[in-house]
Amino acid sequence: MNFKKIILSLLVISVAITFTSCGGNDSSNSKSATDSTATGSSNTQILSAGSTFVYPLFSKMFSAYNQKTGVQVNYQSIGSGGGIKQLQNKIVDFGASDNPLSDDQLAQSPVPIIHIPDCLGAVNITYNLPDNPSLKFTPDVLADIYLGKLTKWNDPRIQSLNPGVKLPDLQISVIHRSDGSGTTFIFSDYLSKVSPDWQSKVGKGQSLNWPVGLGGKGNEGVSGLIKQTPGALGYVELAYAIQNKMPVASLKNKSGNFVAPSLASTSAAANVEMPADMRVSLTNTDAADGYPICSFSYILLYKDLSYNIKSEEKAKAVVDLVKWIIQDGQQYSEALEYAKLPESVVTKSLDILKGVTYNGKALQ
Amino acid sequence: MIPAISYKAKRINFKEKAFKKTLALSAIIVVVILIAIFLTLLINSFPSLKAIGFKFFYQTTWDPVSDRYGALPFLVGTLLTSFLALVISTPFSIAVAIFLGEYYKKGPVAEIFKNIVDLLAGIPSVIYGFWGLFVLVPLVRELEMKLHVPPYGVGIFTSSVILAIMILPFSVTLSRQVISMVPSHLKEAAYSLGATRHEVITKIIIPYTKSGLFAGLLLALGRALGETMAVTMLIGNTHDLPTGIFSPGNTMASVIANEFTEATGRIYTSALIEMGLFLFVVATIINIIGKQIIKRFTLE
Repeated sequence: MNFKKIILSLLVISVAITFTSCGGNDSSNSKSATDSTATGSSNTQILSAGSTFVYPLFSKMFSAYNQKTGVQVNYQSIGSGGGIKQLQNKIVDFGASDNPLSDDQLAQSPVPIIHIPDCLGAVNITYNLPDNPSLKFTPDVLADIYLGKLTKWNDPRIQSLNPGVKLPDLQISVIHRSDGSGTTFIFSDYLSKVSPDWQSKVGKGQSLNWPVGLGGKGNEGVSGLIKQTPGALGYVELAYAIQNKMPVASLKNKSGNFVAPSLASTSAAANVEMPADMRVSLTNTDAADGYPICSFSYILLYKDLSYNIKSEEKAKAVVDLVKWIIQDGQQYSEALEYAKLPESVVTKSLDILKGVTYNGKALQ
Repeated sequence: MIPAISYKAKRINFKEKAFKKTLALSAIIVVVILIAIFLTLLINSFPSLKAIGFKFFYQTTWDPVSDRYGALPFLVGTLLTSFLALVISTPFSIAVAIFLGEYYKKGPVAEIFKNIVDLLAGIPSVIYGFWGLFVLVPLVRELEMKLHVPPYGVGIFTSSVILAIMILPFSVTLSRQVISMVPSHLKEAAYSLGATRHEVITKIIIPYTKSGLFAGLLLALGRALGETMAVTMLIGNTHDLPTGIFSPGNTMASVIANEFTEATGRIYTSALIEMGLFLFVVATIINIIGKQIIKRFTLE
């Protein structure tokens, strides 16, 4: 008797839960947003989502910030695309993306969105050859390898760039990312800039129609395929390459210097004139000692925070957090293999942050 | 007396009704969820259906940069890997099922084997993927070098082998049960007529259980069609139409898993959802065909 009752009531409850939780996403989201704002300043909760690339850095930064100020930041690393969508749906207080928004995306937004760089990343070329010599590539050689025009390691064009290395008579197995990724976007942005052929045949994007090669999922998938395949060549994030001690190639930059990828050469690449809205591609920049395949990772904010944040107090907390990330927070970057923002970028970002308002009123 | 009985009867009656209603409701919810998933997929694929139309099913270019989406290579990849996996796993699954359902029904040997087969089903697919990448890929590459095909290591064949291992427990469990349920008087009659054990298996057990064995294989095929993670890690993820069983390719489930998180354009997202719908429909069709075949076998 009792047992049946329990089962019955459990069934009824679970049915009820199913129905109530189906009652639309919007209402539950706005509810949680008001809940978090109502709790007051002592334990403010800031909600954010986006790029998986900055997640390790953000989780370190946010735990340090929580110890310092008591503000809790909940960051969901769901990918840049997801971060943008959640910002557009007003689910999060700020988003994070590895690529700036396109003109179209900005035009669609009812309230202007600003871009604040939070750190720098770079894309490295890595390979699997006997003894893993350090190699040099020029942009046209790299583009032609990825276009499938250069297929052998001992091709004269590669050999002449690396006179001290005996390159084997081996097929180049091209490896790329199979998942949609900011890393692919940066890499294809670079190839589009340096090769008109690539620009017209493939273009740039998070996912591409690759002319040749095998795809691996994530940095670990790419590096797994490279380690497995003699003669493989692929691209991974700078931090991933450093942590796994992978062989990396030096690239010839716009000024004609061969530059090895490192945190310093990545920061150096950003030491150039910035546009007013910070939406800039850092591939193939004019910096003489800069590595040519770099990119900002961005924090995305609404210019008027009353659009997605319920209280002025919380809006202020969000702006304070962003200011801390680009100033004091930068001390955590290099230990985690992210390149620091150059001083000029920090100054300019602080200027942009001064323009952030709440209901038309300046926040600072 | 009479009012008391009717009161009790009423209570019992109410309980009966409530219990029945709850059960009916749960059953309806399952149907509603299935229909809701189908409708969600359908509605969200309208933008791509409108923009791309039928080209989606026969075009071979998948190019998110220029918004051209053709899913044919992925359909071919999905069917090729799943059916190849089924072909590889079928002899093993039937052999294991006969071994466990006929030769060793009870005892420690049977228990150990049953648990090991069940354990195969419990291993997360990412672990199959890693094992495949580090153990199977070099082996396949050696095989490919001997066969003088391009030694990618990864590709349709490698994924099919992993899938074959992954789907094995699904068909074995069901097949073992039907084999152990063959009435003993049938088998004893055959033995009394002088049949050998081999003859009993091939002439009595397999004909008697063929619809059950087929249902097991079908269950396994359904699992192979939707498997994502292990396949993604081993198939090579190229967007070209596969040219043979050793060439790299891609499956529908794997493309969705790879590209959905970072898909930003409206048509791009919608095209991926349309592929989900497509996979849903393909899986349903295969299921329906399977049910029909089972019905026909059972009627005979």
